[in-house]
Amino acid sequence: MSEAAANQASESYLSRGWRLRDWLFTTDHKRVAWLYTVSITAFFFLGGLAALVIRLELITPEGDVVSADAYNQLFTIHGVVMVWFFLIPSIPNTLGNFLLPLMVGAKDLAFPKLNIISWYIYTIGGVFTIAAVITSGVDTGWTFYTPYSTQYADRAVVAALTGVFVVGFSSILTGINFIVTTHKMRAPGLTWFRLPLFVWANYATSLVMVLATPVLSATLILLILERMLGIGIFDPALGGDPILFQHLFWFYSHPAVYIMILPGMGVVSELITCFSRKTVFGYHGMAISILAITVFGFLVWGHHMFVSGQSLYAGLMFSFFTFLVALPSAIKTFNWTATLYKGKLIFSAVMIYALSFVGLFTIGGFTGIFLASLAVDVHVHDTYFVVAHFHYIMVGGMVTAYLGGLHFWWPKMTGRMYPEIWAKVAALALFIGFNLTFFPQYLMGYAGMPRRYQTYPEDFQILHVMSSLGAGVLAIGYLLPLVYLLWSLRWGKRAPPNPWRAAGLEWRTDSPPPKHNFLEPQTVTGPPYDYDTIDNK
Amino acid sequence: MTTTPSTTSKAAPDEQFDDLTQQRQADLMGMWIFLATELMLFGGIFTAFTVYRFAYPEVFAEAATHLDLKLGTFNTALLVTSSLFMALAERAVNAGQRRKTLAFLFVTIGIGVVFLGIKGYEWHHEYTEKLMPILGLAFEYPGAHPDRAEMFFNFYYVLTGLHAVHMSLGLVTLSVMVVFTWRWRDPSRLGRQIQINGLYWAFVDVVWVFIFTTQYLLRA
Amino acid sequence: MNDEVAPYLPEVEKGLHLIPTQATEHAGQLDHLYFALVGASAIILLMVVGLIAFFGFRYRAGNKAADRSNLPSTRTENRVEIAVLAAMLVAFMGFFAWATTLYLDSYRGPEPAMTIDVIGKQWMWKIQHPDGTREINAIHVPVDEVIRLRVTSQDVIHSFFVPAFRLKRDVVPGTEKTAWFKATEPGEYRLFCAEYCGSFHSRMLGKVVVMDRGDYQAWLTRQGSGQTLASAGKQLFQAHGCSGCHMGKSNARAPSLDGLYGRSVALDSGEVILADEAYIRDSILQPDKHIAAGYEPIMPSFAGQLSEEDILRIVTYIKSLQPGDWVKESVKENEGESR
Ligand code: HEA
Ligand code: HEA
Ligand code: HEC
Ligand code: CUA
Ligand SMILES: [Cu+2]
Repeated sequence: MSEAAANQASESYLSRGWRLRDWLFTTDHKRVAWLYTVSITAFFFLGGLAALVIRLELITPEGDVVSADAYNQLFTIHGVVMVWFFLIPSIPNTLGNFLLPLMVGAKDLAFPKLNIISWYIYTIGGVFTIAAVITSGVDTGWTFYTPYSTQYADRAVVAALTGVFVVGFSSILTGINFIVTTHKMRAPGLTWFRLPLFVWANYATSLVMVLATPVLSATLILLILERMLGIGIFDPALGGDPILFQHLFWFYSHPAVYIMILPGMGVVSELITCFSRKTVFGYHGMAISILAITVFGFLVWGHHMFVSGQSLYAGLMFSFFTFLVALPSAIKTFNWTATLYKGKLIFSAVMIYALSFVGLFTIGGFTGIFLASLAVDVHVHDTYFVVAHFHYIMVGGMVTAYLGGLHFWWPKMTGRMYPEIWAKVAALALFIGFNLTFFPQYLMGYAGMPRRYQTYPEDFQILHVMSSLGAGVLAIGYLLPLVYLLWSLRWGKRAPPNPWRAAGLEWRTDSPPPKHNFLEPQTVTGPPYDYDTIDNK
Repeated sequence: MTTTPSTTSKAAPDEQFDDLTQQRQADLMGMWIFLATELMLFGGIFTAFTVYRFAYPEVFAEAATHLDLKLGTFNTALLVTSSLFMALAERAVNAGQRRKTLAFLFVTIGIGVVFLGIKGYEWHHEYTEKLMPILGLAFEYPGAHPDRAEMFFNFYYVLTGLHAVHMSLGLVTLSVMVVFTWRWRDPSRLGRQIQINGLYWAFVDVVWVFIFTTQYLLRA
Repeated sequence: MNDEVAPYLPEVEKGLHLIPTQATEHAGQLDHLYFALVGASAIILLMVVGLIAFFGFRYRAGNKAADRSNLPSTRTENRVEIAVLAAMLVAFMGFFAWATTLYLDSYRGPEPAMTIDVIGKQWMWKIQHPDGTREINAIHVPVDEVIRLRVTSQDVIHSFFVPAFRLKRDVVPGTEKTAWFKATEPGEYRLFCAEYCGSFHSRMLGKVVVMDRGDYQAWLTRQGSGQTLASAGKQLFQAHGCSGCHMGKSNARAPSLDGLYGRSVALDSGEVILADEAYIRDSILQPDKHIAAGYEPIMPSFAGQLSEEDILRIVTYIKSLQPGDWVKESVKENEGESR
């Protein structure tokens, strides 16, 4: 960089290097974040497309749009793609990748090469699975229960499992990177209890990724070997126990649901404080809750198996711990609400996203409590009640938080502002469409509508039709941001370094930031979310 | 982190770090976390094994007697020795002794290869005895309850196989270290790298001790 | 619905019932718990949303008049958090206790009047009554009787789900689970398969027909069942050579099985185990799992040789044996010989 250029303005990480290999071989965490953003957006729309066909099929009680097998493959693709290729990497690998080093005042992640490798692993694993699934089909559901998956389901089960297995490594690498960065690369003065909650959330998420993902890998190895080499570990004919698979699977997959919500909680804490112009209510409580969720999250996996025939006492313990794990979430919900108290609230699009999150997550969480209540779960297990529960948390909660965060940091990431009006329209459309889609599913679930059903008794039709209508609204709601965010890349207003007057180190540098994030080393002297000082300057 | 230049070496840290101490700590921590994930990986399989070990104690104990305890013990001794040489290599590189480092690395790799060779011989032996219930091979178990014993052998192959994969990866990275030591470009960096390889090698060793105990030794 | 399954779709449940028909006492009790949960959630949700709306209005940026001084101190914040925690904990423990009690009740049932076998198979339900009557995708039961189900699967995991009874039990191959219910309302109720089991999972439907005592008896006679389960089991017991070892004619020494059911059996390992259905089943399929004390583990496993129905028949037969039954039998036979 020449003297003159350095004096004018920093050169942003986007301004130079637009050949293909400048992107594909980059080690800059900000560019890797973009690579991830592009990949997960593609996977999201693919998973969404599958959801739309599912909803189309369910408009009528008969199986008239696709064949029975095709339907089963659709919800399998939908679940696998949405969970492993979209939601797990969503916030950590896009916003987290971009912001974590900025927020701790570092020049990059601790292992930039691992970071780009992790993207390759993820994308190759994902594309491989999709190719396998589309060419020959997998119909096990995202849970791969044995013995169906090992002995009865034909087609590309091994390929799909391999893909998921490979993608697991990308989670692990990201986790290692985040943990080490948070531990070792914080700016001077940035003590643990001065970290933004977004960093806390991603740190905790990484812990789960690192500790739980390998167990999934082990399980998948056993499953793959069982199918390929004909060894029998879960096969009842050999004295194996199919339920053991469920234990191993949920030992990963329950903690994984916290991978899918903690980052969202982190994002929402940032958004709500900024648009309330106030520090978060109970900062310590918020940070400790995050850790508590992480730890307790490892003790509750058996709540997916209340009717599978585990011992009554196991069921009892798992139910008990499930109630406990909901407590920190309760603290967080109440603290977000209390943060508004005596704030100066600005209802921007970002704030609407954040508040939708709080409402929808609460409903999803409540119904989680229903499911944790043993006797109730016996009735609603494997019905649409469960489907509604997790969509409320994963779509209503996490996807909403992701979109909110994307809007909030869009100016930082791109240097452009998005059109506020359209963003508000999309946020409202999503809120309404979402409730229309998934609230009826609670009702039909308690009424006895089982999940993974292509055909169903006529009585449920009216609720299914409502749900399908809602999915249509959702589709529009998700296409809108795609369009106007892309539009803003070219025609959006230029963004100043700190358009929201937000706290946090990432706002102290240019939009978009220079290659090494900050022109001079940062130091931190106070607590996070110090909006009083900012506003009274 | 402070930006005072590190006193240990003149070499510059990677661009994302402020100084070499920070980088060294970060690298080590990364490796430790990676080993934690490996522990969980093997832990998952050991858990499954334990469940069945308790479900069919006699059958599993008897099946274990069909493994070659002598070779297993010998292999264990080999692996522990190799870890010793690995540690020596670490000391040598930190002391700046290029030739010694090379020698110790070679011995480590050599022992590793012998280990895999013996393991391969054991597998072959089991194959000829028709104790390999995979890929539809004939499984002719001489003891009682061949179907349960099959389960034991399944675990045996999964665990030793996965371990062998880890060993092979370790051998590859150690060979890369040999090349680096040969060139001797940046000794302090090399020291870090060899230390990290050493951690990994020790881990592979520890996993083997667990495999040896659960598969070979639990005979009664 | 599809034509193939239409005959099995029960008629009475037509129309959308957001709360499904309550056909057992348990259903009513469960719905109370459900309403309580809905109520509690609604109150808290209204509180959260209400507060958001209220704060949103009161403290909107444009409202300069709102009092924003005296923000709560960290101490106050901690107190609020602890209060919330305590309140939630109490509420949660209440719900936990309530739900768990109901759950335990729904598993440990009273003494059953009869046991019906349910076997799941891709994609149908096979039912066997104690008197040997068999049906497919339908279960006829008398009203006001405690019915016990023995459920198992022949292939993959299925799940036996009757919404009107609030009853669900996974049907797992290789193991036998039980469930019970006591229907209080005559009528026809839906039976679903709730665990995904392959292509036609959504067509694995059936019905439970709850009948008055009289109707039920009439139905039974109409079925004209051939053989009871126990006597079918006895034939199998002989046909598969069990009697060869167990009835003492051959050299193999094997324990006699009359009166086994419900007794405590001393095992080789030193443990003592109750001979219940699961034990008998395991003894047939995995004889090496529990070895009876004083016997050689020579009994071969019959896994794969007996169908699920046959296993259930044999188990029923062994259960039906009273202490001394075999002695009496052999005495009779000997008398025949000596004559
Ligand atoms: C991001 C994902 C995510 C998250 C965060 C959660 C969070 C929770 N989940 Fe959920 N869950 C899933 C994703 C998730 N879940 C998925 C995908 C499945 C189905 C998998 C499959 O089978 O395919 C599932 C299934 C599932 C089951 C099994 C159902 C069944 O199959 O029968 C259960 C049972 O206990 C459960 C419980 C809970 C609970 C108690 C929480 C808690 O952590 C929620 C805590 C939050 C709150 C409680 C709200 C805030 C609290 C307050 C405002 C305080 C006041 C509250 C009360 C007084 C109630 N979940
Ligand atoms: C992150 C997770 C996630 C997300 C975001 C979603 C999003 C949605 N899901 Fe999904 N869902 C799961 C996770 C998720 N789901 C899981 C884990 C299961 C269980 C699977 C199993 O049983 O194994 C499931 C199951 C599931 C079912 C139950 C199927 C069954 O049991 O038979 C249904 C039914 O309504 C459903 C609907 C929807 C809908 C309408 C959306 C909507 O929110 C989607 C909205 C998005 C769009 C509509 C995209 C817009 C796209 C276009 C407009 C097309 C344009 C196309 C291109 C440009 C290529 N989902
Ligand atoms: C080769 C001889 C042999 C045959 C054939 C055989 N058994 Fe057995 N059985 C034994 C012996 C010996 C034992 C005791 C050791 C043990 O528990 O394994 C036993 C134990 C049992 C027990 C447990 C009894 C107890 O007191 O604990 C049951 C139940 C049983 N058998 C049922 C059957 C049935 C049903 C069949 C046929 C389908 C059958 N057996 C066939 C030899 C046999
Ligand atoms: Cu049987 Cu689903
Ligand atoms: Cu869970």
